[in-house]
Amino acid sequence: MTEAGSAASAHPPPGAHSAGPSPAIHTVALAKRYGSHPALAGLTMTVPRGEVFGFLGPNGAGKTTAVKLLLGLARPTGGEGLVLGAPVGDVGVRARIGYLPELFRYQGWMRAREVLGLHLRLAQVPRSSWAQATVDALTTVGLAARGDDRVQTFSKGMQQRLGLAVALLGRPELVVLDEPTSALDPVGRHDVRQVIRQLAARGTTVFLNSHLLTEVEQVCDRVAVVDRGRVVGEGSLASLLGGGAVRVRCTGVEPPALERLRAFGRATASDGWLVWQGLGAERVPELVRELVAEGARIYQVEASSTSLEERFLQLLSPP
Amino acid sequence: MNATLTIARLTWQELVRRRLVLTLLVLTVVVIGLTGWGFAKVPGLHQGGHRLTPGEARSVAAELLILVLFMFSFVLALTCAFLAAPALAGDLESGVALALLARPLRRGELLLGRWLGLALPAVLYTVAAVSLEFLVAWWATGYLPRQPAQAEAAMAVEGVVLLTLALGLSTRLATITSAVIAVVCFGAMWMGGIAGAFGTVFHNTAISTVGTVTHLLLPTDGMWRAATFAAEPRLFATAAAAHAGAGAFQAASGPAPWYLAYVGGWIVVVLGLAWLSLRSREP
Repeated sequence: MTEAGSAASAHPPPGAHSAGPSPAIHTVALAKRYGSHPALAGLTMTVPRGEVFGFLGPNGAGKTTAVKLLLGLARPTGGEGLVLGAPVGDVGVRARIGYLPELFRYQGWMRAREVLGLHLRLAQVPRSSWAQATVDALTTVGLAARGDDRVQTFSKGMQQRLGLAVALLGRPELVVLDEPTSALDPVGRHDVRQVIRQLAARGTTVFLNSHLLTEVEQVCDRVAVVDRGRVVGEGSLASLLGGGAVRVRCTGVEPPALERLRAFGRATASDGWLVWQGLGAERVPELVRELVAEGARIYQVEASSTSLEERFLQLLSPP
Repeated sequence: MNATLTIARLTWQELVRRRLVLTLLVLTVVVIGLTGWGFAKVPGLHQGGHRLTPGEARSVAAELLILVLFMFSFVLALTCAFLAAPALAGDLESGVALALLARPLRRGELLLGRWLGLALPAVLYTVAAVSLEFLVAWWATGYLPRQPAQAEAAMAVEGVVLLTLALGLSTRLATITSAVIAVVCFGAMWMGGIAGAFGTVFHNTAISTVGTVTHLLLPTDGMWRAATFAAEPRLFATAAAAHAGAGAFQAASGPAPWYLAYVGGWIVVVLGLAWLSLRSREP
C-alpha cells in the first residue's frame, strides 16, 4: 500500500494477473469528500487474496468511509478501485462478499434464523443449501441454541454475533469486518479471532477494520494504518514493526569502530548508551561479540521489540 | 426481480408480525358491524310522522355510505402515510439498510420492493373492507352503489398515491417528518378540492383553479371524488352538477380518462424521483 497520488490506474498491480486471480481489493487514490471535508483523501492499496488484512486508524480516520466505498454503500468522489476483480460499486460482486457493519442492526421482529434466511435469499445462495448454511453460521458464532429467538431479545453482543453469522453466509470470498468485537466480552473476542483464523485457513480474504491493535496484531498478516483520510504506513506486520531496537551501555568505542559496525545499522549515542534502531534481538550476541572485539567495555544490553501500538502511535505522530 | 420480491415479502412479513394486519382486520370488522347495525335502522326511520319510503331510505343509505367511505378513505390515508414513512427512513436511520444494501440489492429494487409490499396490502385491504361494507349496506337497506368496483379502485389508488408520496419523502427525510408532511398534504388537498368545488359553483375561476391544481399536485382528493362519483346515486351527481356541487361528499362527474392516466403517470414519476433520491443517499 502506498499513499495517494500515484498515477497508477485501478488495474491490478503487475504480477497479480499472471499469478492467478485479481487481488481481493485494489484501489488507486480512492477518495471521498463531503463538501469541503475530505473523509478519505486518497486510498491506494492492494489486498492480496487469502490474507487477513488489518485496516487501522484512530476514530474519524476514514476507515468506515473506505469500507462503505468498497462495498458500494457510498460513491467515491475520486479515484477508482476493484473488489474481487469488479469495479467498486458493482452490485453483482456483493454476492461474493460478507459484511459485518460497525453499526450492526437487524430486524428486531425477525427470528435469528429468519434474518439469515433473508440474507441467503439476497446473497443468491442456492436454496438447497440454506438449511445447512443457517445451521453452520449459527453454530460458528455460538448462537445455535438461539436461532428461533427474536433478534429484539438479543443482547448487543449476541446481535454482533448474529451480524458475524450473516457475514459468513454463502462462503464469501471476501469478508469485511468493521469493528467486529466492539460489543463482545473477552470470550466473544476470542471466538471472533478463532472465526477469522478459520476463514483464513480456508483461503477467504478478511478485511478487518479495527482500532483494537492487540486484536489486529494477533490475527492479521498485513496491516495498513490510515490517518486523516490518508495511508500513513503499510506492509506485513514484521516489516511495519521493524526489528525493534538494541541499546548498549558501554565505553571505549571510538567513531572509527562504529563505522566498522555499520553492518548493524547506524548507531546513535545518548547518555552513555549506543542505540541501534531496527535491529532484532536475535542479532544481540553477534553485536556484543563485535563490540568486545573493538575494545568496548559493556555494562548493560537491552533488546526491545516495537509493539504495534508503539508503531501505530509513531505513525500518527510524525516527528 | 427476485430481490424486489424478497423485499416486498419482507415488508408484508413485518406488517403481519407487528400485528398490524390483525389489528386492522379486527377493527375493520368491528366498524363494519357497527355501521351495519346503523344501516339496518335506516328503513325503519320516520320523518314527519311517516316512515321513510323505500326510495327515501335508499337515498339516506347512499349518503351514509359515502360518509362511511370517507372514514375508510381517511383511515387508509393515515395508515398508508404512517406505514410508508418508516419503510425506508427507518432502515436508513437505524442502520438496518447497511447490511441489506451490502447485498446484491439495487436501490431501485429496495424502493420497488417496499412500494409493492405496502401497495398490494393497501389495495387488498381497501377492496376487501369496502366490498364488505357495500354488502352489509345492501343487505340492510337494499342499496348498492352504481359502480362499486370503480369506487373501490379509486379509493385504493388514493391510498397508493399517498404511500408513494410518503415513501418518496422518506428517502431523504426522517420517518416522522415524512409521515407528517404526507398527512398534511392529504388534508390540504382535500380542502383544496372543496375550495375548487366552491369556485365552480360561484363561477370564480381563481378558486376553481385551486381545485384543479390540488388534483394535479397530489391526486388524493381527485381519487376521492372519483370514488364518490362511483358510489353515489345518479340523482346526487345530477344535483351536484346542477347547483350543489360544493362539498366533499358529492361529485358532479367521474374522472376523465386523461386524469386517470395522469394519476398513473404521477405515481411513476414520484417513484422515479424517489429512486433518484435514494440512489445518492448513503446509509
